[in-house]
Amino acid sequence: MPGFLKEFFNRNGIGMGAAILGFVLFWTIGLIILPQLSMLDFSFRPNLPPPEIGGPKDVYTLENYKYLVFGPEGGSQDYNTVDLRVFFRTLVAAVCVTIFNLIICYPIAYYLGQTEGSHIRIFAIMLIIPYWINEILRAFALRIIFGETGVLNTLFVGLGIWDVPFDFIRNDIALYAGLGYAYILLMIFPMYNVIESLDRNQIEAARDLGAPWWRIHWRVVIPYAKPGISSGCTMVFMLSAGALAAPQILGGPSSLWFTQLIYQQFNDNNDWPQGAAYAIVLLVTCILFVLAVMRLFKVNMGDIGK
Amino acid sequence: MSAGVGVDLENLWIRFGDFVAVRDANVNINGGEFFSFLGPSGCGKTTILRAVSGFLDPSEGNVLIGGKNMKGIGPNKRPTALIFQNLALFPLMKIWENITFSMEIKGASAAQRRKRADELLDMIALPGQGDKLPSELSGGQRQRVAIARALCAEPDVLLLDEPLSALDLKLRQHMRTELREIQQRVGITFIYITHDQGEALTMSDSIAVMRAGVIDQIADGKTIYNDPNTAFAASFVGENNVFRGKVKKVMDNEVLISTNRSGDLVARVSTANQGKMSEGDAAMMFIRPEAFTIAPTGAAGDHFVTARVNHEEFEGNAFNIFTEGEGGKEIKVSIPNHGQSFEDHTGQNITLEYETRNAVAVPAGELAAE
Repeated sequence: MPGFLKEFFNRNGIGMGAAILGFVLFWTIGLIILPQLSMLDFSFRPNLPPPEIGGPKDVYTLENYKYLVFGPEGGSQDYNTVDLRVFFRTLVAAVCVTIFNLIICYPIAYYLGQTEGSHIRIFAIMLIIPYWINEILRAFALRIIFGETGVLNTLFVGLGIWDVPFDFIRNDIALYAGLGYAYILLMIFPMYNVIESLDRNQIEAARDLGAPWWRIHWRVVIPYAKPGISSGCTMVFMLSAGALAAPQILGGPSSLWFTQLIYQQFNDNNDWPQGAAYAIVLLVTCILFVLAVMRLFKVNMGDIGK
Repeated sequence: MSAGVGVDLENLWIRFGDFVAVRDANVNINGGEFFSFLGPSGCGKTTILRAVSGFLDPSEGNVLIGGKNMKGIGPNKRPTALIFQNLALFPLMKIWENITFSMEIKGASAAQRRKRADELLDMIALPGQGDKLPSELSGGQRQRVAIARALCAEPDVLLLDEPLSALDLKLRQHMRTELREIQQRVGITFIYITHDQGEALTMSDSIAVMRAGVIDQIADGKTIYNDPNTAFAASFVGENNVFRGKVKKVMDNEVLISTNRSGDLVARVSTANQGKMSEGDAAMMFIRPEAFTIAPTGAAGDHFVTARVNHEEFEGNAFNIFTEGEGGKEIKVSIPNHGQSFEDHTGQNITLEYETRNAVAVPAGELAAE
């Protein structure tokens, strides 16, 4: 038995140790790893009617992955431009949502983290309370704000600033706002946690040495907050790219989110292998992208956990 | 040595809500001077420093640096550099980047900054350590880096907020000498905040003794030690024995005080209080432990104190005798050790003698907390 396991059992006792270990293993293996592996397995199999599963036609194939890139065999186009476009647009949009969120949330996190007083607690509660409302309701509430006869259009047309209502939905503004709003806490809190621990004297020292405010942030606060920033960005990016409800409700008619394609494959086409393949491609691409960005900004994996 | 840039505080009041942190401070600090604000924690000395550095706006009154009113000028625009109590080095920057941060702001090239950092690292006796991170240095080394970082900004006035308090005793004593040397070399004005009277006495040209937002006395160390203005200054700076009583008779610059437990004793009135003490006033007189000598038993008069010895200790350079004093407080007597034989007085009554010039009388007032 390796040393750390021995110590673990010594500290917790055999019974309690086995129970804790059992739950953790059940959680990670039973609820996370095995289902994902079976999805991976699905993605390499053809979509067969139930009687043929396990039969001679049930062999491993790359068909489902090829479909995403090249489209149906003998199709009219060389590449599956429709799905590929949706895929890349989803990634680019998720990056945009992440950057947009970062820009909005950094000042908030800085304010919360570096200001003293009881009102900070109230602000934090005001940020958290809206998340008691479920995602669907929040998304529809945004439709009320951004809809053709919604609050904004009524206001601006009424004031005579616009002649005709602006279509926030078709222009994806409602979608971006919805996604940004959905994950704002996941961006604020990791940054807030780090910035709160930044010694105020460092900010004052930089100021005392002549630094203007932007340079204090650039050289002192942001480098210090980097673990929180990367943690927040990673979560917002991953969750935006994998969001389903907001794109369904707030997306324009012409703009599909890649998750909607995956949903269609599973649900409408009843093609689980194809859906699994799409989902795996999205997952792997997101992970690789995040790792690449982390390397670019010299962030360690350990920092993400902060 | 250049004349340096002076700092003046004019009728400075600083309030936080109802709390008065600084009450009508008037201070003239000469250019090139090593000036200390000395007082217990919470006396307002750090508040004054923050007002000079620009992090705090005075409620009333003015801060003048080099004769120029600093009202409305932010800390990043003042010719001051502040050394924080916890140093506040930037943990993610290398030492050379830390030191030359002020040059980076002014747009100096990396090569210029490296060069200047190397010069300053030589000055603070840390050559070749520029590429380390602050966490890789010891406490004393970090201390010196903080000084170099502040000096690199070429301030006219260097402000130091108890910078030695985090160091251990040996290092603290060493850094006193070093700070004083650096100040003499660069010739700029140092304003030093401390609650440690040893630091203030050894380094400063002038000291302001502060108590609860009020400056009790501004003078050089010797004057403050020998000729305190107030009971607080007398009891806060150095060890002192206090005798409470009432003025019985005024004789020019001397007074006879009828003390609560030691009879009538004569004392010199401190310079600032001459002519201000009259018969019947509540008064305090202070005699330093080293000002007593042991007199033959039975000697009596207005400069003799008789008391029972509680215990004695040998400190190496001195024998300390602790006798019963008033209000449960002991009178401490220090007899220098010249290798003489020293008999144990514990439990006996002894008579102590002092010279009138070594007993200082001031109006009764608040004493420093132990």
